[in-house]
Amino acid sequence: MKRMIVIGAALVLAAMSLAGCKRNESPVQFHAQGQPQSLSEWHVLDVRDGRLRFNAGVEPYALNTALFSDYAHKLRTIWMPAGTKANYHAQDAFDFPVGTIISKTFYYPRGEGDAVLRVAENADETRDGLDLSKVRLIETRLLVRRENGWVALPYVWNAEQTEATLARAGETIPLTLHKPDGSAKQDFAYMVPDENQCAGCHGTNNTTRELHPIGPKARHLNRESPWHPGENQLARMVALGRLEGLPKDGVPHNARLDDATASVQDRARAYLDVNCGHCHSKVGPADTSGLWLDAGTEEPRRLGLCKPPVAAGQGTGDHLFDIVPGRPQDSILVYRMDSLDPGAMMPELGRSTVHEEGVALISEWIGAWLGSCSSADPNVAMQ
Amino acid sequence: MKRIILGMAITSGLAMLAGCQQQPAAPAANADYQKVLIERLLDAKPGDVIEIPAGRYAFDRSLTLRVNGVTIRGAGMDKTILSFKGQKAGAEGLLVNAGDFTLENLAIEDTKGDGLKVNEGENITIRGVRVEWTGGPKTTNGAYGIYPVQTTNVLIEDSVAIGASDAGIYVGQSKNVVVRRNRAERNVAGIEIENTIGADVYENTATENTGGILVFNMPNLPQPGHTTRVYRNQVIANNTGNFAAKGAAVASVPAGSGVVINSNDKVEIFDNDIADNQTANVIVSSYFSTGYMTEKGVAKAFDPYPEEIAIHGNRFKGGGDKPDGLDLKALKVAMFGLGGRLPDVLWDGYVNAQRPGGAQMCVDNGDVATLNADGPNKYKNPSVVTDAVRCKLPPLPVVTLPGDAAATSAKAAPAA
Repeated sequence: MKRMIVIGAALVLAAMSLAGCKRNESPVQFHAQGQPQSLSEWHVLDVRDGRLRFNAGVEPYALNTALFSDYAHKLRTIWMPAGTKANYHAQDAFDFPVGTIISKTFYYPRGEGDAVLRVAENADETRDGLDLSKVRLIETRLLVRRENGWVALPYVWNAEQTEATLARAGETIPLTLHKPDGSAKQDFAYMVPDENQCAGCHGTNNTTRELHPIGPKARHLNRESPWHPGENQLARMVALGRLEGLPKDGVPHNARLDDATASVQDRARAYLDVNCGHCHSKVGPADTSGLWLDAGTEEPRRLGLCKPPVAAGQGTGDHLFDIVPGRPQDSILVYRMDSLDPGAMMPELGRSTVHEEGVALISEWIGAWLGSCSSADPNVAMQ
Repeated sequence: MKRIILGMAITSGLAMLAGCQQQPAAPAANADYQKVLIERLLDAKPGDVIEIPAGRYAFDRSLTLRVNGVTIRGAGMDKTILSFKGQKAGAEGLLVNAGDFTLENLAIEDTKGDGLKVNEGENITIRGVRVEWTGGPKTTNGAYGIYPVQTTNVLIEDSVAIGASDAGIYVGQSKNVVVRRNRAERNVAGIEIENTIGADVYENTATENTGGILVFNMPNLPQPGHTTRVYRNQVIANNTGNFAAKGAAVASVPAGSGVVINSNDKVEIFDNDIADNQTANVIVSSYFSTGYMTEKGVAKAFDPYPEEIAIHGNRFKGGGDKPDGLDLKALKVAMFGLGGRLPDVLWDGYVNAQRPGGAQMCVDNGDVATLNADGPNKYKNPSVVTDAVRCKLPPLPVVTLPGDAAATSAKAAPAA
């Protein structure tokens, strides 16, 4: 009883202090149960003065290399209840307190007419949020840590960009994507996942089936904050009192896809880790394949070297092995990344376009492997 | 000129087809049901029965169930039809990640990938379900029709699988499995049991597949399979050309294969009717014969040899007369002449020299002949080894599913 009163008082104080520095703004609202129909009921993001802004206490973050989703840009935020902290973990997602709300807003820079643009990520995001005249908002997904675990809630933005509405059954949004010079025009169906499909990626342990965040892991977050130049994101979380247990050194770090100074090996492994490793791991839904692509896997055969597929069906693309050293064009891994057939492509969900830069990177990586898959030549080495 | 004649022939052929077509086109499918069903799957609670009334329903994305204890029931495999012809996303028709699951009395048609996949879960029942690719055998069809993987206590009965570009019914990496009274037609593999421990496959009909019933072990997986009984099945005329994508495990199966065992152990094949499979009615082979063996491709623990294989009391008829592939054709002609046939049992001849005692393979099936193709010696000296492999192995245990009365009446292997 005593504890409840104390907590209640703390909440009131926190709410008052927030109200003092923001005009007409309700504090972030954690819904401990239920399915709020509108994104605005959470008060995480806020459409105001032509911009999509973060509410007080909502911290944006970025990943080193991110999951590819049809060239969409993603604005990621995290909010934790006042006075709570996440616990550091070296490999898995951090252990976040009940009440945590993670948001990911998918959007595109606007092109001519209704078209959206295919340009590099992180072009235009600042602490002031997004200029709504320059971007087209598609959807905002929330991952919410409730007493019984994480829940995933997808919200789809209206055409006016004033509100996003819960779309538990998912939605199909036709888009035209092109490069700023008008080239590479491409019509495609952007698929907002349904709630269960969210779990297709976030149910990272296929036995417990619990949902977990994928992005907020040390190796993905260990980088400079795009919003606070000069500050490391993890150090900043500690300084804000949001993270406990960050070691002084030895914090893992994934390479960035666009970092030309990083090796092909590091960038390829970072790419496979974040795009595939949440399913293709020892415990993930794709453990049935025997192909593990998470950051911790070292054994070349597990990574696919001369490994025959298990149940790929037409996903083999008439190739015999997941990775044929030196021959990306003969490797099932590349074939499935380069496919748009739902029966053959990988990942199974979350894209209707080919990530050309990703395919190029993985091809370059496999191209540098030495040896062959013929039994006559057992001397395979990895560069 | 030739082309014109061909053109005319095609035209008249088409006209004939048009004239013969009696079946009315399928009625347009109801697309509004997708949202309704997805939300019911999301909101399902343990113990719920989701009834899908008769009708034809269109889906453009996969359906997913993640709640234990749910039954999904249609009005019949020809009455309640979930059509994925226009599927844009998702690799399956229905993906289930839950236990105590029952799916019955409906059809899943034309999915881009697998029809029904159940990934991990105990007590899985699939009954009276049809999974079909309606355009006939095509490489572009989805891979697996009914596909439980890493499951325990699995019953697949009275179901139908047609047109899968890999396996119609495919049980992978599972334990304690009964597959009975199903029909598998025009798939690459009709029924495939892979890396599974304890499976009874009985009273099924497998016909017009590339291979009828397969019992395989794949390398690099945590669970090697063993102990499968294949009995009282009809495995007839599985002669459809192999239309699997290369690299798939079943792509190496020759057309005209009845029952195929590859690298699996403790398999008992008895009391079946196996007929008119043009390569061979039974093939027993090792991983060395698949074409996928490399020194880097297989974990050291993997056992590539089929061991403790017992074949007895089957009724064989026909078959072996038109083997698939140049090597087997040449083998047939060389050993049995132009008008001859390969024996009912074709064995690649790889033997595990490290095996501690006991027969690796026993064919005790009357006058049925076994051919050792002499694989280890590059197929140089194939020979009929009927008497050399005539032996008996102890019968394998019956698979019993919790709460399944019918299984208790299933006969153990008769003493051959």
